[in-house]
This record gives sequence, C-alpha cells and structure tokens, in this order.
Amino acid sequence: MVPTNDNILEMRSITKTFPGVAALQDVNLAVRRGEIHAICGENGAGKSTLMKVLSGVYPSGSYDGEILLDGEPVHFRGIRDSESQGIVIIHQELALVPYLSIAENIFLGNEQRGPGGLIDWNRTNAEAAKLLASVGLAENPVTPVVQLGVGKQQLVEIAKAISKKVRLLILDEPTAALNDVDSAHLLDLMRRLRDEGITCIMISHKLNEITAIADSTTVLRDGRTVERLDVAAGEVTQERIIRGMVGRDLNSFYPDRVSTPGEEVLRIENWSVRHPTQDRLVVDGASLNVRAGEVVGIAGLMGAGRTELAMSVFGRSYGRDITGRLFVHGREVRARTVAEAIRNGIAYATEDRKRFGLNLIEDIRRNVSAAGLRRLARLGWVHDNEEIKVAETSRRDMNIKAPSVMSVVGKLSGGNQQKVVLSKWLFTDPDVLILDEPTRGIDVGAKFEIYTIINRLVADGKAVIIISSELPELLGMCDRIYTLSAGRITGEVPVAEATQEKLMELMAKDKESVG
Amino acid sequence: MTSTRPSSVGKRPTESAPAAALHAGTSDPRTLIMNNLRQSGIFVALVVIVALFAFLTDGLSLSPGNITNIVLQYSYILVLAIGMVIVIIGGHIDLSVGSVVALTGAVSAVVVIRQGQPWWVGVLAALVVGLAVGAWHGFWVAYVGIPAFIVTLAGMLLFRGLTLRVLDNISLSPFPAEYNRIAAGFLNGLIGGDGYDAFTLLIGGIAVAGYVVSCFRTRSARVRYQQPVESFALFVARMALVGAVVMWFAWQLAHARGLPIVLIILAALVLVYGLLTRRTVFGRQVYAIGGNLSAAMLSGVKVRTVNFWIFVNMGFLSAVAGIIFSSRSNGAQPAAGNMFELDAIAAAFIGGAAVTGGVGTVVGAMVGGLIMAVMSNGMQLMGVDQSLQSVVKGLVLLVAVAFDVYNKRRAGASR
Repeated sequence: MVPTNDNILEMRSITKTFPGVAALQDVNLAVRRGEIHAICGENGAGKSTLMKVLSGVYPSGSYDGEILLDGEPVHFRGIRDSESQGIVIIHQELALVPYLSIAENIFLGNEQRGPGGLIDWNRTNAEAAKLLASVGLAENPVTPVVQLGVGKQQLVEIAKAISKKVRLLILDEPTAALNDVDSAHLLDLMRRLRDEGITCIMISHKLNEITAIADSTTVLRDGRTVERLDVAAGEVTQERIIRGMVGRDLNSFYPDRVSTPGEEVLRIENWSVRHPTQDRLVVDGASLNVRAGEVVGIAGLMGAGRTELAMSVFGRSYGRDITGRLFVHGREVRARTVAEAIRNGIAYATEDRKRFGLNLIEDIRRNVSAAGLRRLARLGWVHDNEEIKVAETSRRDMNIKAPSVMSVVGKLSGGNQQKVVLSKWLFTDPDVLILDEPTRGIDVGAKFEIYTIINRLVADGKAVIIISSELPELLGMCDRIYTLSAGRITGEVPVAEATQEKLMELMAKDKESVG
Repeated sequence: MTSTRPSSVGKRPTESAPAAALHAGTSDPRTLIMNNLRQSGIFVALVVIVALFAFLTDGLSLSPGNITNIVLQYSYILVLAIGMVIVIIGGHIDLSVGSVVALTGAVSAVVVIRQGQPWWVGVLAALVVGLAVGAWHGFWVAYVGIPAFIVTLAGMLLFRGLTLRVLDNISLSPFPAEYNRIAAGFLNGLIGGDGYDAFTLLIGGIAVAGYVVSCFRTRSARVRYQQPVESFALFVARMALVGAVVMWFAWQLAHARGLPIVLIILAALVLVYGLLTRRTVFGRQVYAIGGNLSAAMLSGVKVRTVNFWIFVNMGFLSAVAGIIFSSRSNGAQPAAGNMFELDAIAAAFIGGAAVTGGVGTVVGAMVGGLIMAVMSNGMQLMGVDQSLQSVVKGLVLLVAVAFDVYNKRRAGASR
C-alpha cells in the first residue's frame, strides 16, 4: 500500500446509511498528492455518495468513519467548508448560470470587490481572462455562458475551481457529454493541472479514459471498496477494471447477433433542416435508409447534426423549413407532428432522458404508457389495470430493477431509466427505433443489457438506428454506419470495413471537401 | 445515484400507494400507519381542524345549521378549486377567476334582471361567456405561448373592467326566485320524514352504496389482474369509515334544511372531474405536460390542444361558480368575486398540488378548500377579527406547503 504521509486525502471506513439502505459500507479511499485518481463502479455503487460525503454535502456526523486531509482529520459541515480547504467538485450536470457572463460565473459567490464593496468589473474580467488562458479557453470573459458548448462550459467550471485555489479537484463524469475532440482536450488539461500540482479525482464510466489518464484507481461495488489499482504499475487493463466493477468477466462487451436484413423500412432522401433561430442548415441534403432486422449507426462529432436529423424526422420536433422526402415501407409519409410519426411506426428515444424522455416525478407505469396511451384507451377512457399489466410485462422483459411499477422513475438508476424509455417506445409498436445515445451515462452491466434488448428487437424484425458518440459501440452493434459532418452524410461504411480511424476521418471531413 | 425531484408518492392515495405495503397485504400495522399517514396527511389535517373548532366553539361548528352554512358559503370556491387544480397540474396558474366570476354573474344578471329573460337563459349566457373567456386565455397561453401568469393577470384586469361596463358600475338585484334557488335552494320533504328529511338520508345512502359498489368493483378488477390489494378487513374498515362520515353528514343536513341543491352540483362536478383527471387520456396528458413538458411533447401529446382545453375548462367552471355566487348573493355587484382566485389557488396547494406542476388531485383540492372553509367559518363563529382571520389563513397556507415540501424532501432523499 501507499505510505500514509504521501496522501493528500484519505477516507477511512466511511459508512453512510439512508433509511433502509446502506449506500456506503466501510469504504476506504486514498489519494496521493499530485496524482489523477479515478473512481469507477456501476451506477448505484456509491461513487457520488462518497464524493458528497467528501465535499460536505452530507455533513460531518451524518456518516461514520473519518476523513484525513494532509493527514489531519477534517469535519466538513457543508460545501463552503470543503471549498475553503481547496476541495472543489464539478458535477456532471454543470452548475453555471446561462445568461451570466463567463467572468460572472467564475466569480459567482466570490465576487471581486473594489472600494465601497462594489464589484470591480475591470478586475473581474481581467482575472477571468487569465483563468481562461490557464485552461486554454479562447473566449471573451464577457460572453454569456449560454453561447458556449458543453465542452467549453466544462472548462469554465474548471477555471472557476482554479479561482477558488483548488488543491483537490473532483470531476464527476467530466466527459459524459463531450465529443471525442473535447474529451481529449479535457484530458490534456487534467494532465497539465496535475503537473501544476493539483490533485484530481475523476469519476468515470469510460474505461479507456481511465486507463489512459489515471495514475491509480479505486473500484467500488455495491457501496464497498473492491480494490485500489495502480495504473502506473501497469496492473490495469480495461478487462481488469470491469471484473472489479461487475464482479465477473464480460467475455464479450457486445452480444453476438446474426444479421439478416430484410425489406427497407425507413428511407429519407435529400433531407435538409434549418436551425430554428439562425439562418443556417443544420442538416444538409442527407439521405439514408434502414432495413428490417438491421442496425444502422450514425456517427458524427458533437454539432454534426445527428440529433437534429433524428428529431426532424421524428414529427418535425426540431428545426424549420424542413425539406426532403420520408418513406416508411416504401410509401411516402408526411409526419408533421410527433403523433403522426408515432402512427407511422417511428420511435425516437432521446439522448437526454431526464430532460426529454421521462416524467421523473411519475411512476414506471405512467412513463411506459405515455407515448402509447391511446392503445390503452377506449373513447378517451384509460383502462388502468391493462396499463399496469403492460408496465409489469415491460418490467419483466426489460429486467427493470424496481420494487414495483409504481416506483417513481426519478429514483431509478440511469440504466433502469433507459429501460423505461425503451419500454415506452416499444409499447407504441414501432417499425423503426431511433436510439440517440442509448447507453450514455449508464454502467457496464446495464449497457450490456441494453445491447441485448436491441439485438432482440432486430431479431423480431424491427429496424434500429443508433446515434452514438462512442465509436466502439457503433462498431460493436451496427451492420452499417453513416458518418455525418456539418449536417452532411460524408460516408456509409459496412461494419466489416469500418475502423475507428476510418470513421473519425469521415466524421472530421469538412463541408468543402465533400463532393 | 441520480438526483431526484420530489416524488409524487403520497399525492394520490388510491394510486401511488408504496408497493411494499400493498405486497404485504397491509397486515403490518406499522407500515400501514406510516404509509397512510403520508398519503392521507391532508385528511388527518382536516379532521384535526374540524375537531379543533368543534372544541373551540363548544360543538357549534358541527351543528346541522352551521354545516349547511359551510356548504352554501364555500361551494363556489370549491368549484373554482376543481378547475384551478387542473390548471396547476398542467404547470400554469389562473389569476383571473375572481374577475370571471364577476363577469359571468353580471352577464347573467343583465340577461335575467334587466332584460327579463327566464332564469335558464341567464345560466346559459353565463356559461357561454365563461367558455369564451377560457378560450381567450387558452389561445394566448397555448397558441401564442405567453405564460399563463401574464395572460391571466391581464385577464384579471380586463374582465373586471368588462364587468364594470356590463353593469354600468351599479349592482343589479334581485334575481327571480328560480334563479335564487340554485345556490340557496334545498331538496326537502320529497318523501317526508318526521323532524328530519328522509330524502336527504336516502341520497346519502345511495352515495354510500355507490361508493361501496365502485370500490368493490375496483378491488375485484385488481384481484383479477393480480394486483396487490389491501387486506379485506382494512377494506371493510375503510368502507365503514367513509360510510359513517357520509351518513353523519347527511343526518346533520337532514336535521337542518335538507339537501342543498348546490351540494348536488358540487358532488357531480367532483365525481366527473375526479374521473376526468384520473381515468381519461386528457387527464393523463395534463399530468404529463406538467411533469415534463418536453417529454410529453416528444411522446406525441398535443400540448397546445391540451393547454387550450385546460383553460376553456377553467372558464367553464368559473362561470359555474359565477352562477352560484350571483344566485347566492341574489344579484350581481361590480366587486363580486374579488380575491376568489387566491382562495382557489390556496385550496389546490394545501391539497398537495405542486408549484412546479405535474402533481395534484381534485379530491386533494376539495379537502384543501374544506380546510380553509372550516377555518374561516370557525373563526367567524368565534367572532375572531377579520384581520386576524386573514393572518391565520395565510400562515396555514404557508405551513401546509412547507410541511408538504419537507415530507417530499425526506421521501425523495436519494442515495
């Protein structure tokens, strides 16, 4: 083990219980000064709870065990306490105020005051500019945050942390919402921060990132520490970490499937979509098709227009001035509203299930029936026992882990929420399912289950379109992959001929070079 | 691991009952009490307040005459609360209902009193005006996309002004006797009775029988679908309790002036709207919109249409309340219905509706309205000063919602 005096942080025998559940049991965590330490584990393993204990969200006294910072016991009563000691946590859902400027966000709660207690705007903006330079973000500090992409917002959060004299920076799923380029940039920045003496703790699902960047990693499972692995010592492969997380080997990450494509189910021709408020084409003359029993992937960098393409097809729920032709089973259809799209057998499962996919305050039953309620109704009256039966069937078939179908969806883990979303769309009995980032933010075990469900669907003759930022996922699941760049289809590659490099190259093609 | 919004458990006593208790066949008294307390905290609060004022007024508040009074005095607030809770579940608010009550009453008074039309023409005119006002609000909220707060704030001024115009700034009264009967009339002595009204008791008995039959059918359907149900003993106890309360209530009414006509209207509305919200596609879509607008939209809910009809319905119920109020006050006044919107909103929130939408029940709003009614009435009986009454009501609203928020936060504490 690591000698104690080398550690900036030690958490010993942390036990935290909620009524009826032990979220953490006897968890130990040791982080050396100046390293990048990864915490991994499935959803529900206790990663976020552990970080909430550390940052004082759960105040001292509400848990058992002790926290040593620089070898000294500390008792945080709130986030302000931990921040005053240089511990800053950046949550997965960024906490920036959209209509305030970058500089205002950075110094929010820590305003740069001049004489008379008034805010010194010159100093604020000048300091912010310095901080932005240190994280490599070339933006004007007076720019409103709402105008930045997620990747840049993440950098603003880090600049904000640095302004608080951070010594121990905690990043919760920092790259979950980022594309590959932004992710790489962020990982570079983390390395640089480490070299400048800032210790980083990173919670991540992306094992390739962990093996690429972390110096050591702690694996949690079911609220317990499984092991601490030293990456520097060369102990760690992705398979090794997976074994710790799930307690078993996943001999294959992607379940096998025999591909037997049938008739064409969906085809779009020359599909163009204009941005709802700006005068530019988000999708530009795209054509693609998908056949029954086939999984087709759409790869593209963030901003390439993947989601916009899917949503515009799905009842024109995105964009304006949509032109192009849409065929279902060879027949041209006009799906001008979501209801019409659903009637035509199209289903779209969103990339952001919390904001666009689920009614989080309702139970599983109501969420499963939400899109196909009319199937359960006669003359406007809902048959509520049938509804329960439908939900029960989904719970069983999808292996949704919840005490009952009356469980509130907001309390389920990401993987189970995603299964509810899938159940909802399957209940509409679609011919083609468009799955936008179907495994974002869910753990390895649940991912495998989602893949298995997708395979079951195509075996039943459904057509599936997967949009994903994770190229291995597309390569593992699809029969064909379209690449999208700046709203144009830049390539169509059968999976046998596809490699990550080839796809990246097509995804990065810019407009001019496309024929 | 995920952060959660407050859960809706405990909001719909008959629907979202935590599964553990259901699976256990509800034989464990402790889980039973815990779950039922959380579910029916609002009912407990009502019982406590009724008991408190019965004690403070030496039982006067529970006398037959006073119970009849409460029904007559607060029926229009309860009617408004039905519409308001639906508006709030959908994630909106309606600040205009007081003005709409005044306008519909005024139109009815002009038609009946000034123009001498029969009473039912006045009723129809009021309903048409109410629907038109609702459509007006619905148009701006649903199709133009203006927040309901602004639209109905404008409506509050607009329709108050129109009321003054319609009435030429003066009160109109009295209505003919038929019109006055809507809110002040009783069904009495239809089948006799000695010192009490047998008809009222009969209606009470029919209501209880209907309740038992419908509960039994629900229960057997659930059994048929292999759904967990409460233990039979508890089921019977619940029937007996509800039956006893209803029959006692009917007994008290029967010993006063009989069955108020307005109570029949109110009961019918509660029944219809209870079913509408729980069992129809429209009702479900209202909850879906309030719970997560974007998700509802992407699930094929026609959000605009639903929002439009939410407000048309509010306009309709405002007209019903306007008719009842004008009938009760036997005339139309320019200042009628002032601040009614606040009582209706308070009733919905005390009854457990969520400020953010997506949560609430018609029954909850009725209980919330009754809590306000019993308190106001009790304080009036005690001769409490008007100013102090207002203070107490304000505090009760605040405490009720704070308690609810606290409860949800506890229930929603996630890992």
